[in-house]
Amino acid sequence: MAYMHIGKDFVPPDVPGKVTGKIKYAEDYTREGMVYARLLTSPLPHARVVNIDATEALAMEGVFGILTADDVYPDGESNSTGLKILTNQPTILGEPILALAAIDEKTAETAIGKISVTFERLPFVLDPLDSLAEGGSDAYDGGNTFVFREGFKSEKWTQDQVASFRAGNEPTAEPQQTVAYGDLEAAFGESAYIYESTFTTAGYPHQSMEPRSAMAYWEDGKLYLHGTSQSLTGLANDMAGIVGVPKEDFVFINVATGGGFGQRARANSIPSMAIPAKLSQKINRPVMMRITREEEFTIGGARQGFQGWVKVGFKADGTMAGCDLYIVSDNGGKGGGADAYSAADCISVLYQTDAVRFRGTSIGSNTGHRGAQRGPGQNQIAPIISPILDKAADELGIDRLELRKLNAAQTGDVGGPRRIPFTSAYMPEALTMAADRFNWADRQSRRRQRNGSKVIGLGIGQGYHNAGRSGMDGIVMMGVDGRLRIHNGVGNLGTYSYASTSRAAAEALKMPWESCDVINGRTDNNLPITSPQDGSNSTFTNTRTMWGAAQDMLAKMKEIAATDLGGEAADYDVSDERVHQIADATVGMTYAQVAQRAMELGGKYTGEAELPEELHEFTAISVSRLAGSGFMGVFHDSNHEGNPPGFTVTCTEIELDTETGKYEILDMISIGECGTVLHPQGLKNQLVGGAVWGIGLSGYERHLYDPQNGLPASTGYWQSKVPTYLDTPSKIQTGWVDLPDPENPVGVRGIGEPAMGAVSAALTAAISDALDGHIFNAAPITADMIINHVAGVDSEAVPLAQNNFRG
Amino acid sequence: MEASDPVNSKLSRRRFIKGVIASGAAATSTGLWYSANGQTRPAGAVERMIRINVNGQLRNVDVAPQETLASTLRYKLGLTGTKLGCNRGECGACTVLVDDIPTYACSVLTHSMKSKSIETVEGLEAPNGDLHPVQQAFVEELSPQCGYCTPGQIMAAVGLLRTNSNPTREEARQGLAGNLCRCGSYDSYLDGVMRAAQIG
Repeated sequence: MAYMHIGKDFVPPDVPGKVTGKIKYAEDYTREGMVYARLLTSPLPHARVVNIDATEALAMEGVFGILTADDVYPDGESNSTGLKILTNQPTILGEPILALAAIDEKTAETAIGKISVTFERLPFVLDPLDSLAEGGSDAYDGGNTFVFREGFKSEKWTQDQVASFRAGNEPTAEPQQTVAYGDLEAAFGESAYIYESTFTTAGYPHQSMEPRSAMAYWEDGKLYLHGTSQSLTGLANDMAGIVGVPKEDFVFINVATGGGFGQRARANSIPSMAIPAKLSQKINRPVMMRITREEEFTIGGARQGFQGWVKVGFKADGTMAGCDLYIVSDNGGKGGGADAYSAADCISVLYQTDAVRFRGTSIGSNTGHRGAQRGPGQNQIAPIISPILDKAADELGIDRLELRKLNAAQTGDVGGPRRIPFTSAYMPEALTMAADRFNWADRQSRRRQRNGSKVIGLGIGQGYHNAGRSGMDGIVMMGVDGRLRIHNGVGNLGTYSYASTSRAAAEALKMPWESCDVINGRTDNNLPITSPQDGSNSTFTNTRTMWGAAQDMLAKMKEIAATDLGGEAADYDVSDERVHQIADATVGMTYAQVAQRAMELGGKYTGEAELPEELHEFTAISVSRLAGSGFMGVFHDSNHEGNPPGFTVTCTEIELDTETGKYEILDMISIGECGTVLHPQGLKNQLVGGAVWGIGLSGYERHLYDPQNGLPASTGYWQSKVPTYLDTPSKIQTGWVDLPDPENPVGVRGIGEPAMGAVSAALTAAISDALDGHIFNAAPITADMIINHVAGVDSEAVPLAQNNFRG
Repeated sequence: MEASDPVNSKLSRRRFIKGVIASGAAATSTGLWYSANGQTRPAGAVERMIRINVNGQLRNVDVAPQETLASTLRYKLGLTGTKLGCNRGECGACTVLVDDIPTYACSVLTHSMKSKSIETVEGLEAPNGDLHPVQQAFVEELSPQCGYCTPGQIMAAVGLLRTNSNPTREEARQGLAGNLCRCGSYDSYLDGVMRAAQIG
């Protein structure tokens, strides 16, 4: 289909500001009378606040006040997991206990040094398996796990059960959760090759470049909060509740966000923004709270680590018959997510497995706050499962690409334990495109080729994430100048989806982009509700709402034209910023004229009547404020059918040096399968960005904690360790299948998360390939692990160790 | 759950910092950072009015002895294009040019800048609004993602191109290696540098 905007590159409106330094992030703002907040944080990984004596600090000149957990939770802290604004029950070293506001930050720091907090030291634990073992410490007050509707519980295995698991055996303890489909016993019975092993994947911090600084002030009863977020209205809607201010009195200002990756999608993952808001309310001054890199590490979130066991069976023809997965997931100090289930879901989707059983147990540790991080679950399992597929292919004498094609998801298939059909799926096409462009077949002659200590490894990998939602709203407005104002509540975290999804509205109205304004950046711009921008859903979800709002405006345009110019609405079409008769294009009105008539007619044309009943409360507030101010199109997107998948395929060639354990990525290609391409440059950026994240997952990134004192040793970029220019290829080839999805009006689906998983899968497979098929069953695979393997030293100091060195 | 002896927060905060250092992590620069950002002259501290050359303009500014260039630029001169990602010389978001050399502004003291020429991202745009070739190329290649590291990437690229106007892609990769991008936009930044070299 020929589109005017879809599939075309453009310059998103915020890009010039990013290259000139003019665009403002939260910390770049100032306000007259602004004072500064600093945090007193827990020096212990697990403790209870017994007493706070701030008398001396509060007496200091230039100190305006403090905020404690007792202030923000006057009825007591909720007895649940999850980050608190401030806490008297820290379960993470570095967790904020109180905030102090002063005339400047030095004064604030000095005053904090004069506050005496008495802590009761509590036992802590860093490795979930240590907590699971009888006699092991629990990370939380009341247990080591939180069960929905039941509260905290202490989950324990026998010492023998933990030791057996660490020794590489299937866990025998009852899991907290079991989900299964198919006949697993029969699947393994008909398998010609079965692989079984324990595995571990590391947790690691998000490390967004922009620390989560925030500034707040109150004016005329309204709270103005300059913050950081990857979901502008999706987050603001809930943030109002966390701060305790009515939605209509809350203005969230967030023009640009310096990275999110999951941990700024929802208000409950960034409650620290409530600190300056509440402190400002208490002392009646604007408050800026700058967050340091170390603080960002603690409250900025981390990926869940896995300690798992997997058994995979393949039929003689290469079909994946069954997969049995048991995962102990690390919930860190404040509880985590459903990563482990998503890992099983991913295997089912990607490999169309006949039978799957997932068993999972989530256990806390006194390490960072865990939560969604780019492809939570799907991407941890990607580097674990890919070398197993290669092993099966080699054992069964099947080409690795062909084995993947054999198991690939296609339109009409279903996936996951809930057996949900895909809206569309073109994985075979993606595999073929990647292989063809990479010359996969020709390169096989280079496989495991040696040159001194260096050896070539080839890898292919696949990524998946469900990539689309519904239930959100859209608003478009047109003034008497005929310009289209697209109100978009999508956050600006660097994907440019706030702008690219807006183009669906321009497309529906055949509107030149130059005649459009994207209204975004702050909630008092009257924005519609959007989904939290996680799960790669923005592209699918918000093109539906933007398109829908524009279609509402289009229908109203035709009605107005028919009323004024005769005929039926169906007799009209639009082009060149005019609505005109199909039979005689000279009979029509300009958009500006239509907007003028809409203003005269009022009612439903200006948002004053006949609104969709299902509009979200947040949208309804925006619509009520816009009503009567212009020609309005408004839409509620009720639902969609099926699972819109985001798929990727990556091929890579590496040269691994067996003397150093390091490897050079010689070539890499990533292909996206995300429906129709919405924005080529944006898609390319997601593919190459995801590739860097995949390289980090496979080779570098991990949490490190001092086991004696629970001190974090990977608070910075270089310890955790974020890939650099030199850890990544100077060129990553990209491409896309570009076939439309029928559940989206412009055919698009999301891609951000699977872009990482495919690369991690391919890279880990390539490392394994270079080492004659050795499977590490781990992510990351570090240089020392490779050297140890080459030297024949495969034993680990603590098998399946979490939050520390593995070997 | 057994309770242990009460812990005094002031003592354990010191222990914490010592422990982080002992465990191999980089020493926190928090003290430097916050003392450099005082909005009023702290008691006992001595500031000196100095003159520094920023973007071709001589600027008079009160500077504390331990104040970093990044703090001066952001909080005293209002040049917030220079970003602070880590404030400890790891990420490169604060990169500016000092006598044409890409320099981490978080890691040099403003007092050492008295005879130097400092350029920030705000100084690249021409008075008529024309973007610098590197800025223009980064727009055309859509090099930034979240954009927080972009000013630092741009200043590193400008510094590279002043010494090597026609770099290979590998030379550009090496030249920008001191700048992290958590979004992973390295490929697109390198595309931008190569295009900028063509634009000249």
